[in-house]
Amino acid sequence: MSSIKIRTKRMDGNTQIRMLIAHPMEHGRNRDTKTNALIPAHFIQELTVEHNKNVIITGTTGANISKDPYFAFTLKGGNAGDIITISWVDNLGNKDIQEHIVN
Amino acid sequence: MTDNRRAFIKKSVALSGYSLIALASSEANAEWLAETTSTDILQQTLKRLFKDQEITESDQIDIQIPKTAENGASVPITVTSSLNNVEGISILIEKNPIPLVAKFEFSPDLLPFVSTRLKIAETSAVAIIVETNEGFYTASKKVMVTLGGCEL
Repeated sequence: MSSIKIRTKRMDGNTQIRMLIAHPMEHGRNRDTKTNALIPAHFIQELTVEHNKNVIITGTTGANISKDPYFAFTLKGGNAGDIITISWVDNLGNKDIQEHIVN
Repeated sequence: MTDNRRAFIKKSVALSGYSLIALASSEANAEWLAETTSTDILQQTLKRLFKDQEITESDQIDIQIPKTAENGASVPITVTSSLNNVEGISILIEKNPIPLVAKFEFSPDLLPFVSTRLKIAETSAVAIIVETNEGFYTASKKVMVTLGGCEL
């Protein structure tokens, strides 16, 4: 199962894109409550949103984004059947990608 | 006896005076340190990101964020702008150890709108920098945090 959940909504001729990503977003200053060892930093560094294979958003994100990050953007226009692709890369090199069709 | 008493009173008055001065100066010192170090980090980040470009204050950036956040681990923020040709939106938190939260580069197909959730370590200003083809614009809002977001 993908870590990215995408929802789109057509509003006043525009398309709202909302996404919820399952990710710990650790900034590396937290300690484990049992062992008291530092939890290594683990956060999403790059976020890319594509609309019909054209990149519309590139985001550089840091660990100041909350755990399980949420983002919302608004696309001008947009039609039913358009393909939205969202992908992320984190600081450990993990990545994920998810496609969504605007309904 | 009376002499002793007088001397004692004199001394105690003098001492308390000194301690007051010392206390005031140490407090001022701490404030000064906190101020300079935090703005330094912010200034450095700004310099690295925007390379000495002029950033002007603007009232055409609207930040929706709660004035007081009970839990700094998840503070919702929505940024909209009425500026034209927006190419990017950056979010910075002044007092966080790493001020930059996120920098988004927008294509012309997008409305200048972004919504997300932030971690805020302590009461601090949240600054938004909007990049347009004409230059950089900024706006900021203060957020009171009762429970820090960095220990969570």
